[in-house]
Amino acid sequence: MNTATLQLAAGPSPLWYATRAGGTVALVLLTATVVLGIASGGQYAPKRIARFEIAALHRNLSLLTLAFLVLHIVTAIADTFVHLTWWDAVLPFASSYRTLWLGLGTLAFDLLLAVLATSAIRLRLGVRRWKAVHWLSYACWPLALFHGAGTGTDTKLPLQLLLTAACTAAVVAAVWWRLYRAGPEHRTARIWGGVAALVLPMLLVAFLANGPLRAGWAQRADAVTTVPASPAADRLGGPR
Amino acid sequence: MSAAKRLSIDRIACAGRGVCAELFPERVDLDEWGYPVIPDPTVPEHLLGHARRAVAGCPVLALRLDPAPPER
Repeated sequence: MNTATLQLAAGPSPLWYATRAGGTVALVLLTATVVLGIASGGQYAPKRIARFEIAALHRNLSLLTLAFLVLHIVTAIADTFVHLTWWDAVLPFASSYRTLWLGLGTLAFDLLLAVLATSAIRLRLGVRRWKAVHWLSYACWPLALFHGAGTGTDTKLPLQLLLTAACTAAVVAAVWWRLYRAGPEHRTARIWGGVAALVLPMLLVAFLANGPLRAGWAQRADAVTTVPASPAADRLGGPR
Repeated sequence: MSAAKRLSIDRIACAGRGVCAELFPERVDLDEWGYPVIPDPTVPEHLLGHARRAVAGCPVLALRLDPAPPER
């Protein structure tokens, strides 16, 4: 911890800034991707935008998300401020640094890779199998959100909070719109979707208020077990 | 030997989203309920790129591009 404090005193390296910026941009892009995906699924058809344009934007933004995630991950590993290995990029909950909060990001990255890989071979995979994997996006986004809130260096900044709130509001609104447009089928899935869209913002607010926004989060984030009533850990059944 | 192909629709899978008509209006029209109609299913070589994009763009993968049957 002493070396970390010394390095902090010397000022973080440009790599660390790139990590933070890359992560933030990736979250915004992922949010836009998810919202557009929900719009496609709900057959959003405005007069002036064609459906294939929404689909193309959805795909391109997802690839852009991946590009920023690569920047986010590579710079985080390359930076010496925290000690991370290449395995930490793909193996969730293996890092010594903020095991849970970093692990959520790793898990989100793995899910995104699965979604991207299956989308690349969608024509051969068939719709059913492709869609089964594509639904993991709904897990990927909240994982990424809580990863950002839990381990983000900038979580406390007003602008960052505003961004987090805007991303959450966008996805929650999209989900509600989608549920409003949905037909009578898949009742259970719709109920769970509605509940999740209702509970997630409350969880986020509760987590932010009890975690990152309270003093000493940097210390507590490393030791997951001492986090008082960590909602995300309960919800995800995270590691001990 | 012609490289032309044949466009076909899986009517059961088709959900009438209409993306194919947006991407490949040269061959795909929509009926009044938004389902595709293909008056001429043969796709000549110079239109293959558009056809492939439409096949890949179908949200439910109901569009297929097959080798054209031999001339009758």
